[in-house]
Amino acid sequence: MRTMSVKRIGDTLLAPILALIIALIVTSAILLAFGADIAEVFGAMWSYGTRPNSIVLILNLATAYYLSAVAVAIGFKMNLFNIGVNGQYLLGAMVAAAVAGQLSLPGIISLPITILVAMLVGAGWAGIAAWLKVSRGVSEVISTIMLNFIALGIISYTIIRTGIGKDIAVNVRGTKLIPESGWMPGFKIPGAANEVYGFTLVAVAIGVGYWFLLNRTTFGFDLRASGMSPSAASASGVNSRRMTVYTMLISGAIAGLVALPDLLGDSHTYTLNFPSGFGFTGIAIALIGRNNPMGIAFGALLWGFLDTTSAQLDLIGVPQEIVTILQGVTVLAVVIAYEIARRNKIREQQQEVGRALTEKSNIL
Amino acid sequence: MNKRLLPRVLLLISGAIMLLSITRVLTGANDLTSTGTMSAAFGLAVPIGLAGLGGLWSERAGVANIGLEGMMILGTFGAGLAGWQYGVWAGLITAIIFGAVGGLLFGLATVTFGVDQIVAGTAINILGLGLTQFLAKLLFTTAPGGGATQSPPIFGMLPAISIPVISDPLTSLQEKSWFLVSDVAGVVSGLFYQLSLLTIITVILFMLTKWILWHTAFGLRLRSAGENPWAAESLGIKVNLYKYFAVTMSGGLAGLAGAYLAIVATGVYRGGQTAGRGYIGLATMIFGNWRPGGTAVGATVFGYIDTLQLRDDANIRGLVLFGSLLILSLAGFIFKSGRRNTALAFLILGVVLGMAFLSTSVFPPEVAQIAPYLTTLIVLATAAQRLRPPSADGIPYRKGDHS
Repeated sequence: MRTMSVKRIGDTLLAPILALIIALIVTSAILLAFGADIAEVFGAMWSYGTRPNSIVLILNLATAYYLSAVAVAIGFKMNLFNIGVNGQYLLGAMVAAAVAGQLSLPGIISLPITILVAMLVGAGWAGIAAWLKVSRGVSEVISTIMLNFIALGIISYTIIRTGIGKDIAVNVRGTKLIPESGWMPGFKIPGAANEVYGFTLVAVAIGVGYWFLLNRTTFGFDLRASGMSPSAASASGVNSRRMTVYTMLISGAIAGLVALPDLLGDSHTYTLNFPSGFGFTGIAIALIGRNNPMGIAFGALLWGFLDTTSAQLDLIGVPQEIVTILQGVTVLAVVIAYEIARRNKIREQQQEVGRALTEKSNIL
Repeated sequence: MNKRLLPRVLLLISGAIMLLSITRVLTGANDLTSTGTMSAAFGLAVPIGLAGLGGLWSERAGVANIGLEGMMILGTFGAGLAGWQYGVWAGLITAIIFGAVGGLLFGLATVTFGVDQIVAGTAINILGLGLTQFLAKLLFTTAPGGGATQSPPIFGMLPAISIPVISDPLTSLQEKSWFLVSDVAGVVSGLFYQLSLLTIITVILFMLTKWILWHTAFGLRLRSAGENPWAAESLGIKVNLYKYFAVTMSGGLAGLAGAYLAIVATGVYRGGQTAGRGYIGLATMIFGNWRPGGTAVGATVFGYIDTLQLRDDANIRGLVLFGSLLILSLAGFIFKSGRRNTALAFLILGVVLGMAFLSTSVFPPEVAQIAPYLTTLIVLATAAQRLRPPSADGIPYRKGDHS
């Protein structure tokens, strides 16, 4: 039994590690082709990335990535493709920032309100795609892509042309600054001058909640069953339309949180320069982590490390975008590796069944 | 095009011009159907249409392609890279090749390895962006007139054709602002004014696609790979080969779409130049019901909306009224066809837009920014049951493995 689980963990880790190695080889080949010193490149990233201050930056970035990836993963578990995390979190963050800017309440009251607003807006925006899917038969892939662009339009309209947007600095418009009581306090790690966002702990809680929901509740069981075999699940009485709506709403609610670590821990205002594109990062990380809460954490930290340290590369004359190539190749290699592993497993199982059957017929 | 469809399409086009004309007279936004606007609209329709056509090839063979944006980015970069050194023609060809290589890589992941097509498309988008940004910084920063995110100017120009015998008298007619007459004149003269060679090529590509996919044995086989690959394989069709061909073609067309942006629209490669047009192309193809004719109409509509965004505010107000009138008249047609609930939804939407028009004097450009996406959503919401994508679209196919 024990060796079984060790083998299982080994199998799970094998694919991403193999993919990472392939990605490193491809990236190194590109770097070599342009005459860069590979040892210097990775050395520069490693030495910068292991300083305490950098570790804080990596943790902070990984927090946002983690939330985004969990939002995507919960959809994946049911074969739902939420490409709309981008729109959901940006819209959620903008509305939450606007609401929080108006609240002058103690943190213990205003923080939950801000978080709740962000989750509701994210869930609402995802809910449109859910409704379109179950009642009109529209694929969520297409509708969420469209909703992303519509969200961007609504946000730029609101910030630029309504009273919700204010001139924060020269040529920067954003929501009213959140009063200090509405900020989320961070914490320090030894040796670092900057603080880890308090929201990191919320992300950990979300991860635990995600694991619990999937593995310890009937809802989670129904969800995984619908993902593995929709026909079998509906035959056993699972209402797949209702499951689709709930899953999409939960995914959107978690997506609504993606920008809050930054909003509550650092910027305290939503501006048009707010980092966008975390939704697509989340898709990549959910794939790397195979929708597993620990795997996603690993992926989020890896991505956080790569994105935080990449800026160092420009200093040594290597374009930092090499990291994006590394990430793209990793994702592609990971999904190919998983697909091959899946096929091998099916073949092994079939052979095992075949062997068992021949043995049985021999006895008879 | 079959005989029953042609009169309906002509009716739709003339109806749309009629409504535009009414809108123009009511709002005084004379730019709505001017030669300049129409010419720009047909121009902007080209990259969207080419991307949509790329999506059509891929999806007709059963491979859902959301990697169009990444392949288009590869195209813009290829056009800048070769166009700066060897001129427009080299740029054009390199753009097609770069896009096709993106398509081939997409094919490797989806066809050979059977990876989920949406996942592979996302990966192609990440890769296309990263690779071009990396190479641009490396190759263009030190080049004369280039920068970290911009190539040096592409030299040479693709020939643009004006037929002054047609466009000049029509333009002067258009400038008279007569009801209907001037609008038709504007639309037609826009077609013949400063027509880029690439626009003509695009029209030809649309017709060729229609002919190849629906009127040749090759096209039938390719489409059978998208409808029922298992049955196709049992008849001896090499399904995977057709899928490879389709995704490579798809990438090449997306690359050509990128080439238009770099070569014709701006004259340089610039990071972020595609601005989501790959996704609009995908939307166009869905809007057009996975058919070349419908895709062309969709591209023209979205190109027109894209143009108005760049023009003055009065036109956007006009666009809102036009949208309201169009939706209200569609509501009438739908009501007659018996779908009462949809008709009611259209009626409400049309009235809301009409009230927005009456109560607001200046509309922000964001209205035009979201209009293509909103239109696609509305079309999907009201017509999803009537749209007919290829049956095996998006489903990974493995030889001998029927699930």
